[in-house]
Amino acid sequence: MMKIFNPYKALRTLAAVVILLCVLVPLSMMVTLSLNPSEENILINMGTLHAFIPETVSLQNYKEVLNDPYQPFARYLLNTLLVVFCTVGAGIFINSAAAFALAWGRGGYRKIYLMVIIAVFVIPGEALTIPLLLLVSKFGWIDSYQVQIVPFIASTFSIFLFYQFFSKLPQELIEAARIDGARLFQIYFKIGFPLSTPVIATVSILGFLDAWNSYLWPLMVTRGTEFRPLGVAMAAFFGTQQAYWGNIMAFAVLMTLPIIIVFLVFQKYFVTSVVGSSVKG
Amino acid sequence: MMQNHHNLSRPAGQKLRRNKLKTQEWLDELLLVLPASVLLLTFLILPFLMAGYLSFTDQRLIPRPIPTEFVGFQNYLTVLRDPEFWQAFKNTAYFVVLVVPFQCAISLLCALLLNSELHLRSLFRSVALLPLVTPMTVIVVIWAALYRIPDGFLNSVLHLFGFQGYVDWLGDMTFAMPAIVLLSAWATFPFQMLIFLAGLQDIPMERYEAAKIDGAGTWEMFRYITFPGLRNTNIFILIITTLQAFKLFTQVDILTHGGPLGSTNTLVRYMVQEGYSSQQVGYASAVAVVFVILVGALAVLQRVLLKNE
Repeated sequence: MMKIFNPYKALRTLAAVVILLCVLVPLSMMVTLSLNPSEENILINMGTLHAFIPETVSLQNYKEVLNDPYQPFARYLLNTLLVVFCTVGAGIFINSAAAFALAWGRGGYRKIYLMVIIAVFVIPGEALTIPLLLLVSKFGWIDSYQVQIVPFIASTFSIFLFYQFFSKLPQELIEAARIDGARLFQIYFKIGFPLSTPVIATVSILGFLDAWNSYLWPLMVTRGTEFRPLGVAMAAFFGTQQAYWGNIMAFAVLMTLPIIIVFLVFQKYFVTSVVGSSVKG
Repeated sequence: MMQNHHNLSRPAGQKLRRNKLKTQEWLDELLLVLPASVLLLTFLILPFLMAGYLSFTDQRLIPRPIPTEFVGFQNYLTVLRDPEFWQAFKNTAYFVVLVVPFQCAISLLCALLLNSELHLRSLFRSVALLPLVTPMTVIVVIWAALYRIPDGFLNSVLHLFGFQGYVDWLGDMTFAMPAIVLLSAWATFPFQMLIFLAGLQDIPMERYEAAKIDGAGTWEMFRYITFPGLRNTNIFILIITTLQAFKLFTQVDILTHGGPLGSTNTLVRYMVQEGYSSQQVGYASAVAVVFVILVGALAVLQRVLLKNE
């Protein structure tokens, strides 16, 4: 059998390769530069193919970054992990609980509550940073972990996603549990919460990305290395040592690697969560 | 007497139990709703109200000996007369106008590619999603290297095409914002691509089959089936891309510090400058209120315009 050459398919493959290169070129440059121990060579190579194809492979830059006493990478990583896990973890329970009460509670406040939640969707968080800054400084929270965690636990977006899921649970299921004498709290904990794993995955992944990427807020509320997360540290590192590309790129790789590994492992959930959040939201 | 007591006590006891159950249920509901509500009130609603209130005062970040005063619309008048505000406004609008069509087109193109028959489709998708999981600060640093002058990668590409000299990507007022646009589109196009992809998969295959029988070509199918079929997706993408673009901050803050000559300063960065660096909380709150009104109006306008189409 003859294979028929399909020009459209060839064209599509070509387009895909071009896009692939556009995505990979910047990322591979990060890796390649991070493996080059000579700052001089990096500058010479920056405009050539050796910016993407490693000439030398050395972990010297990584050693320097990990041992730099002024830029404690491990500390930044720990700070970031702590903030991310606390924000996302507490958020899952608190937001789903509120959403469950909104879906299956009996209070007359629920309609208004939902309307308010939908209305405040439009407010960009950035617009609230200045009054929020005044507020947390009155609490005496500047330069701490809680200042990066507590204000972001409750999320109208998560509540809304959980609400949409819970409100579609069959009425009979909830009623049956009620007749068996289960209280609302028990129904939430034993039926609602365990059933909502797809939503939990969605809000965890999106919350994880958000928290890992946060920059503006931690920039304003952290002062030194003690509570600073990776994002702000990276920007500060870049600002002070503009010449040392090798070290900066090693820092960048170390910061990106954990999240890329998580992404590759959970890719399926990742895609459904992004799509699910938008289709539902 | 005894009988009477009995008759009375039974329904009373039931009522008591029912009341107790009702109280318990209320308590349960309160317990579920309270934590999130307290947090939302404190860290969302309160700051929102504070922004409104503070915008009418001369509040500073650090307390002064002189008490904070109510200044009426003074801050708003200053905002509207401030050339720096208008420059930030224009820059933000310019960024939105450039990045939204560019990013939407690229992500739609990628989604169409991924939705068609393609070699190595799953590899293509995994790689295309990488920018979405790369932290923005890292992306900014990588692009700073790409934009380097005079011999960074992008200038080398220009040389390859015979261009003499070099482009000062981040230092030239003409190129700084387009450079930020390119970086931003690269950083977030996978998000829109995924949503387009989901929209494409919702279009029933039968329509394409019917069109094929009628002899429709690739372009006709896109024009008459795919594009109309993506109507809701288009609306959604347009709204979120615009809202996202209005919040531009991280990229310009690290890469250009709003320069050269303020040509990449944005509304959010201007607000942060005034409220944080200059500590003029009252004034920054007025900027924040204007910002919220702008973004809100835009979201409403977009929705109305697109629904009538």
